[in-house]
Amino acid sequence: MGTLSYEFSVEKDDFERAGEASSKIKKILMQLGMDSSIIRRVAIGAYEAEMNLVIHSLGGTIRIDIDPKSIVITAEDIGPGIEDIELAMKEGYSTATEKIREMGFGAGMGLPNMKKCSDVFEIESEVGKGTKIVMKMYLKDGD
Amino acid sequence: MKIREIRDVLNAEVLWGEDLLDNEVHYAFSSDLMSDVLAFAKRGTILLTGLINSQVIRTAEMADINAILFVRGKVPDKEVIRLAQESSIVILTTKYTLYTTSGILYNHGLRGIEAYNT
Repeated sequence: MGTLSYEFSVEKDDFERAGEASSKIKKILMQLGMDSSIIRRVAIGAYEAEMNLVIHSLGGTIRIDIDPKSIVITAEDIGPGIEDIELAMKEGYSTATEKIREMGFGAGMGLPNMKKCSDVFEIESEVGKGTKIVMKMYLKDGD
Repeated sequence: MKIREIRDVLNAEVLWGEDLLDNEVHYAFSSDLMSDVLAFAKRGTILLTGLINSQVIRTAEMADINAILFVRGKVPDKEVIRLAQESSIVILTTKYTLYTTSGILYNHGLRGIEAYNT
């Protein structure tokens, strides 16, 4: 197979629909008959990224590219950008509001979780411009 | 432990998934922090939580969690129950608190998940 790509837009503060993109991504991978462990890693990574877009960004997209060797999830937003990426990557650090915490998020585990799910994790951000996160998961024989 | 036994020992009410009560769970994880659930819960876990929003169902869906037990008598709204149904996740509610619920299940042999080696 060649490369299969899908892109989903994610709205700021749309908690009603938050998780829909990741749910669709999970279903696509299930339909492709991929191994359940890799599906779980991709789904968790995509979902954390999607929640981050809803909670912290001004809106953005989640994209998945599937080729025979790997799955790549790219989350890109239009701002506001992260000032200190190193600090944002620290477990337990969060700028989420009390309201978000009451919903069960904002524990400061999102970015570390995404990294944990990925074989390659890249994050770049510019204040006033936006943030781009790339998570790459390699496929083994049998996935 | 079968979900049916969990229902029985906690006098829990099944909100969705009567047909799936013979499914087994191997661990329980008690948390109101969904990111911690995503980080630590394994497949075959029942999630015990006091949160009843749709993100709880989404979290379970992504982490391959096949049963959720709401504590302190909480019942989510219809939309949340529908979402659980869509993902074939059994949902139950018990009047016990999170601590008591966890204790009862532990007593019945259901073990937790360790986040770190202790």
